[in-house]
Formats: sequence, C-alpha cells, structure tokens
Amino acid sequence: MLGRTLREVSTALKQGHITPTELCQKCLSLIKKTKFLNAYITVSEEVALKQAEESEKRYKKGHSLGDLDGIPVAVKDNFSTSSIETTCASNMLKGYVPPYNATVVQKLLDKGAVLMGKTNLDEFAMGSGSTDGVFGPVKNPWSYSKQYREKRKQKAHGENEDSNWLITGGSSGGSAAAVAAFTCFAALGSDTGGSTRNPAAHCGVVGFKPSYGLVSRHGLIPLVNSMDVPGILTRCVDDAAIVLGMLAGHDPKDSTTIQDPVKPFTLPTFADVNKLCIGIPKEYLAPELSSEVRSFWSKAANLFESEGAKVIEVSLPHTSYSIVCYHVLCTSEVASNMARFDGLEYGHRCDINVSTEAMYAATRREGFNDVVRGRILSGNFFLLKENYENYFIKAQKVRRLIANDFVNVFNSGVDVLLTPTTLSEAVPYLEFIKEDNRTRSAQDDIFTQAVNMAGENLTSAIPEPHAKEPEQLHVTSFSYLPMTNELAGIIETFVVTKRPYWT
Amino acid sequence: MAALVVRLSCLGKRWVLACIDGGSRHGRGAAIGLTSRRKRGQSSVAQQPLIAVQKSRKGEREWAAVVGLEIHAQISSNSKLFSGSQVHFAAPPNSLVSFFDASLPGTLPVLNRRCVEAAVMTGLALNCRINKKSLFDRKHYFYADLPAGYQITQQRLPIAVNGCLAYSVSVGKKPSQVSTRTVRIKQIQLEQDSGKSLHDEPRSQTLIDLNRAGVGLLEVVLEPDMSCGEEAASAVRELQLILQALGTSQANMAEGQLRVDANISVHHPGEPLGVRTEVKNLNSARFLAKAIDFEIKRQIHELENGRKILNETRSFDDKLGCTMPMRDKEGKQDYRFMPEPNLPPLLLYDTASLPPGADPQQVINIDWIRERLPELPGKTREKLIQQYGMLPEHSFTLLNEVGLLEFFQNVIKETRAEPKKVTSWVLNIFLGFLKQQNLAVNESPVTPSALAELLNLLDRKAISSSAARQVFEELWRSKGKTPSQIVSEKKLELMQDQEALERVCHTVMEGHPQVGVEGRRKAMHFSAC
Repeated sequence: MLGRTLREVSTALKQGHITPTELCQKCLSLIKKTKFLNAYITVSEEVALKQAEESEKRYKKGHSLGDLDGIPVAVKDNFSTSSIETTCASNMLKGYVPPYNATVVQKLLDKGAVLMGKTNLDEFAMGSGSTDGVFGPVKNPWSYSKQYREKRKQKAHGENEDSNWLITGGSSGGSAAAVAAFTCFAALGSDTGGSTRNPAAHCGVVGFKPSYGLVSRHGLIPLVNSMDVPGILTRCVDDAAIVLGMLAGHDPKDSTTIQDPVKPFTLPTFADVNKLCIGIPKEYLAPELSSEVRSFWSKAANLFESEGAKVIEVSLPHTSYSIVCYHVLCTSEVASNMARFDGLEYGHRCDINVSTEAMYAATRREGFNDVVRGRILSGNFFLLKENYENYFIKAQKVRRLIANDFVNVFNSGVDVLLTPTTLSEAVPYLEFIKEDNRTRSAQDDIFTQAVNMAGENLTSAIPEPHAKEPEQLHVTSFSYLPMTNELAGIIETFVVTKRPYWT
Repeated sequence: MAALVVRLSCLGKRWVLACIDGGSRHGRGAAIGLTSRRKRGQSSVAQQPLIAVQKSRKGEREWAAVVGLEIHAQISSNSKLFSGSQVHFAAPPNSLVSFFDASLPGTLPVLNRRCVEAAVMTGLALNCRINKKSLFDRKHYFYADLPAGYQITQQRLPIAVNGCLAYSVSVGKKPSQVSTRTVRIKQIQLEQDSGKSLHDEPRSQTLIDLNRAGVGLLEVVLEPDMSCGEEAASAVRELQLILQALGTSQANMAEGQLRVDANISVHHPGEPLGVRTEVKNLNSARFLAKAIDFEIKRQIHELENGRKILNETRSFDDKLGCTMPMRDKEGKQDYRFMPEPNLPPLLLYDTASLPPGADPQQVINIDWIRERLPELPGKTREKLIQQYGMLPEHSFTLLNEVGLLEFFQNVIKETRAEPKKVTSWVLNIFLGFLKQQNLAVNESPVTPSALAELLNLLDRKAISSSAARQVFEELWRSKGKTPSQIVSEKKLELMQDQEALERVCHTVMEGHPQVGVEGRRKAMHFSAC
C-alpha cells in the first residue's frame, strides 16, 4: 500500500480498502524503521493520528474532503507549523514553536492531509546536500537498495559500508528521502536555487518548482524572498499536479502571489507530445556533466523525438553568469532576512548580557552555522554603500538578461526546455564533504538556479521521476516520462515549460 | 510569544553614561570655551541669549544659517502599515502586536490601503508630484525595538516628490507684520515606525514595547530653505494644521504623532554650505525653535573659535536648553539599503490611466482623492478674511489654537453681533482667559452659545461693554448660568426708558449741583450709550 502513488492510495481510501488511521500507522512504523535516514526532524505522531482519526470520521460519513483526505504528507522544517516546532535545522530556532501555519500547510490540512512530521534540511535551506543541518545529514534511501550495495561491492572492496551512504541532495533532502522511502505520499520542500529539484533528482522522486507567485510563501521561513517558492515532492507527476491544484492561488497574506484565478491543473494527453517543440540549451552541455547524465539526457530527447516532438538546440547565452549572480543576490537577501534573528523575540538567546551588541553577536554566533554566517557576511559586503552598484545592481541587471534568455527562447516557438538537474548522480557523503558548502552549492545549483533567477511567472520545472517498474521506454503522458530502471537517482532531467503546462 | 524583555546590565547604564558624557563634553565644554576665550581677552558671544544669531561681532563677516527638516507624522489609521494590528496611543504594552510586527519568521508585509491614501492626500495638499509607481526598500540597523533588523521605507522612489509648503512668520515687533515664506518639499515617503525601548535603569534592563512597531509613518522631507528656529517652527505648525485638516495624522507632538529632526549648518553668505549636524526627536514646536537657535549659535561659536563642526547626531535637552551629541548608532551607519522583495511596486492611477474594469477596491485613483480633499488651512484663512473682514494675523490665531475656529464659527452662527466684534471677543477676551488659566478650548467653562447670547445682549444694547465683560467673568466662574440670568441677577441692564432715565439724571444733577456742566455732559453721554 505504501508504495502506491497518491492517487492510487486516495482511491483505496475512498473505496475503504484501507482506513486513514491504518495508513497513518503504517507510515509511522516505517518512519521508525527508517529513522537512520534522518529524514525527519520532528515526527508529529500524535497530531498525525488525531488528524487521521478525523479523516476516518469524514470517510465514514461520506464527507471526504477530496483526493488529499487522509493522505500522509511531510513538510520541510522551514515551513511554520502551528504548535509544532519549526527549526530550519538551526540552533537559532531550536525549540521555536510558531503560533501559526504557513498558508501551504494550512491548505494541506484543510484538504484533510495528515501531517507526519517536519523534514530535515540544510540549515536555513542553505546547501545542496542536506548535510549541513544541526540535526545531522540526511541519508539517501537508495544507499540501502540492493542495487546500490551490489554496485558498491563491485567498485570498492572492503570499504566501510556505513560511510558509503549517498547524500540526498538538498536542501529539501529530508522531504525527498521521506517520499522516496515511502513514509509519506507527498512532501513540501522549498526551492530557491534548486533545493526541491536537486534532492528529487538524487532520490528518484518528482520535484516540482512552481512558478514564482503561483504558490504562497506566507509562513515559509525565507532564504531569498525574490526566488523562494514552496516545492512539491511526490512519487509521480500526476501526484504533484494534484498537490499543486490544492496549493496554487492568490493568498492575501503574500502580496507577490498572482491575483488571477488559477485554472485546474490537468495533465496533457499522450497525443499532445507531437505538437511540442522541445529545446535543448547548448550551454547546459557542461564539461563537468557526467557521462551517465549526458546519456540519459540524450535518451530523453530521443524519446521525445521518436514520439513526434520537435527537438531543437537552443541557446541561453547568459547561463555562465548565472551562478555568480545568484550568489550575490542570494547572500544579500540572506543578510537581510537573517537580521531578525537577534535573540529578542524568539529563538536562541545567549547568556551574555554585557550589552545589546554583545548579546546580538554571541546569540548569532551560537545560533548560526558557518555557512549561514558566511552568507550573511558576504551579503552585507555586497549591500555596503560602496559596493551596492558594483555587485547588487549589476547582479540584478544580469538577472534580467538571464530572464530574457528564457523569454527569448520561449518566444521563438519552444514549448519546453529539457535539461539535466544535476551534473552527476548522487555522490557518497564522504566524497561530498570534501568540498565546502559554497563550492558544492555553486556546482550543484548550476542547472537549477537560473530558473529561480528568471523567476516571475515564467517557469515551472518538473524533474522527471526515477522510474522503477518499466524496462522499456514509453511515454504515457507528457508528464510521466519513465526513463530506465537504473538505480540511485540518476535521472537528472527536468523540464521547463513556457506556459505552466496545465494551460 | 516570549516576554519581550532584554535583560541587559549595561544598556541602561551606557545610555546614562552617554548622556553624562555628552553633557560633560558640551554642557561643560561651553564653559571651558568661555574661560579660554576670556584668557585670550575676547568678548563673549556665547554669553548673549541664544537668539538672533546671524549677526556676528563687529567687523566680522555675517553668518547665514541653513535649516532643513525631516518630519515623521504617524498616519491616522485603524491598523498598521503592513499588518492588521490596531493602532492606539497608550494601550497596554505589547497588546497591539501581530506576528508580522514581532517579525516572526515567514510573515510577510501586506500594504494598508488607508496609509497609501493618506500619503497621496498629504502629497496633493503639499503640492507634490505623486509618483504613479513607487518602491519599498529595507533599511538595516540593529536595534532592540526594531524586531526585523530593518525598517521598510521608500528610499529609491518615494510616493510623492517636489512639493512646497507656504507658511507665515511674524517679522518685526508687531504681530500684524506677517510675512509668507515657502519651503520646498523634497519628498514624502511611507515607512514603518519602530517600537519603543524603555530603559529600566534600577534593574539594569531594557523593556521593549512593540505596540508602535510597524505603525505607518509619513516622512516629509523639507529642503533646507529655512534659516532660524522660528521659521522651522512655523513651517512645522502649518504642516501640522494641514495634516489635521486632511485627517491623515493627528499630528500631536506631545503624543509623538509628529516628530521632527532638524539638519542645521552655518556658513558665510556666498560660500559653500557648512558641515551640518542633525538634532533628533524634537517633540514640541517651542523646543524645535529653541534647539535650532541654540545649535546655530553653538556652531558659529565653534567655528569662530577655530574649531570644526562634526557631522553628528545631537539631541536637545529641554531642561538645559542645549543640544548635545547622541550616542551614535555605532558611529557612521551604513544602512545597506536593499529593495523590499516581498512588496511589488506600489502602482497608483489617475482617471486617464485607470485600467478598464479595475476593481475600485484594488486600485487607488489620484484624481478621485484630489476631488475629495477637504479645505486646507490656507483656504480657510482666506475665507475668514474675505467673509468677516478679519485681519490676516487674526485668521492665523484662530487656526493655530486647537478648536478655536470651530468655537468662533459656532458663536457666529448663533449671534447677531458683527463678525468683527465676535473676532475681537474670541481672540482677546475668550482666548485671554484660556491662556491665563492654561486651558484648551474644549476645556472652556464658557460655551459658544453663552458667548453668542452675551454678544446678542451687547448687540441690542441691553448691556454696556463693561457690563458685558463683567458678565463674561461671571460666566467663566459659575458654570450653568445664562448671560441673561447673570445680567438680571446683577442688575446690569442698561435703562431703556427715556423718561425714567431723565428723572434719574435730574435727581442726580439736583443732588450734586457742584459737579456743574462737566458732570452734565458725562451723564448725558451715559444715557446715550
């Protein structure tokens, strides 16, 4: 039952094959069994069981709230959850219990979803490995698959198995691992530079980054306000569309959400593929791209072509400037957003009380890890009066050029872009930590952050699922694009659509 | 929410230290200056009272002072600029704080329409150009009563720019010598107020009240077109009247709804402007004028003694009557301005640019607001002068006292007396009594109806002027009595019966033949008045 898709289990609930409480208990026991993955920071067992009970009552009365009623979900621990601790995997917010729900969390609960817990991440979502949180790294469930172990055995004999586990990618690694390990049917992540799509790719699940403004950020503890979007992680594209349907729309509490009413999201049919023009951005053919990823990328392109789509090479000429630009804009907003963590109103406060300034300094030194502090430092540097023009303004201008790249490509008749999500498959932890967070983020966000930079009502990204079942390649719908049964999350393809693909 | 208490052993102490330190450097500094000057055998400028400072010692070049103002007016609105919290003065501490105001992570600003309308109204009333697109920015600094670590303001593109404000100052000795001046308005921007820090020194702690945090402010920046304390105070007074007439701010300085920072510098005419200082948080018009005049005097004194003016922030000590350096927020602040990413550009429309089919609840039409602007003080005074033949200075006095104009108009409504008579009574006698007893108009024991009735009695010659004055005094003392009652109780009526009057006169004259002709003339005059 746990291995099914959201839609399948929803049907099972409706038909009474399983009750919400049974489903919830199954997930809870799997969460316990997979505790070593460190996917969850908080497991909200009591709340979940209570919500499941409520859901069960509704089903009995025949008053189900829809497809999400009784469905176990998980939420990244940077979304505010009323009366459930929300830490951002940081000492700064350890013990912080928000008095309100993020809009997206509230929407899930209003639709009857059962909240299993809060998932692990890099501290304040700053990272691409889910290795830099105060609660320790998240382990990729694929590390424990038979296939991966066999592969490891072939490669290196005698290695310590415990340290050979793979990273999940990040920063929403906890959510990706939770979905991949079947402990929930959907999870919320957040995506600022690839934080939903990257771990989705590494964990072989669907990671969806909605267009900026489509889904409310109210209650999402910000990394970069102008790029953050709540992300959706599921085990198939159809499920992501269901969840998106529940979350999208204007929120009076978030002035940057679009005012226009949102049309229901229906997936196009197979027949639509031959009307598609698919762009392959040549700049994404980076030398660092692993041969596996490259080969899957071309397989996917060929697949589209053989199904009748037009596949052409396109150019996004400013791609190479994207990551450095992202760095300037990201750290600047980080410096600003982190200013509120001063130990006064909430969160960690040091014992030093010599002066207000000394208290701020000690609180922030104790509360934030090196990565966060480093970003605050560089962000403040870029915002200094003497540097603002040279860095921030310049980065904003380049950001416009990057956005225009996408506009130009889409205006030239291209419907979707097909690109890799990451340079390579998920790497073992020991290898990953050889580089620092900043280097890793710069490498790992290379294909993802440009879309965040382009931001405003331009793009939607759908990383393709890692398909487990079918051996042969086939396209059943535009969205469901099984690739191969290769292991260990090496499907790093995502699709950028010009129009949100539901229109 | 956790209690908003900062337990800091030193914050309070340091604050005190800063004050003492400032005092020692400048309160006493002035004294040291005096001594040293005496040693050099110079006459003392600083010993003169701190007014009329432009004139320097004989034979030396004149000084010119340049004064600009930054005025923060709290917007009169039910809720805060970016949150739904209520706005009340003197509510229990931290009782009006939303999650956003306390900067809880994940909360976002939502712009209050009323505040935008207030800014547009104020901009129009001050002859500004209203920017159809304006932007919000973050201004960063760490302070305990600024929970987010930044203030949302409009640094790059404010809502209104390039206006002007006309005000009047009395020139010369007579109050009737009024001169109208104009100060340019650089810009009006919308921004958040901060909370309040209460330094509890005995317990060495600072208490934070966030009730005020996030209340909408209009920052009005006046160009340095003024040259003395009185001009600045008059300009502020005029702005205050305009804000009150618009209803965009209660602009009560004592309650902190209007706060003024003054930028002051001195230079020799024809030379570049001098280094300026900023005197912060002036909360009354009188202190504003005093602080500016002191600061001008001080700067001249410093420069004439070969010292330099530091570009610094100073505060005004109303007890000592002098300005002193403030504890600067870590010296020179770099506010690291950045666009506020959570608020899209603020777009305003006029009738020509209004998108067709736009929801009136979602858009603000500048023309619509312009058509509904209430009468402004300038216009009111003009009307008073035209309608009632009032002297311009009288029209100023009527508007300057809170509630006096309304009182005047109510008297006018109910009396047949000449407007000039009413003006004279209201401004001389009524206002005189109020001032003497330090009362506000609404605390007056005499109602407009009572004064109107009294003036009616005077108008139909039922009583004499001196009797009217007596009746007024009685009205002031004994609340509840009508003028007619007082007149009859005290037998103050003028005799209207010609024959009876003649009889009285004859009796008097017969009884006092020695008074003679002079006496007769006076008696006749008495009967005729």
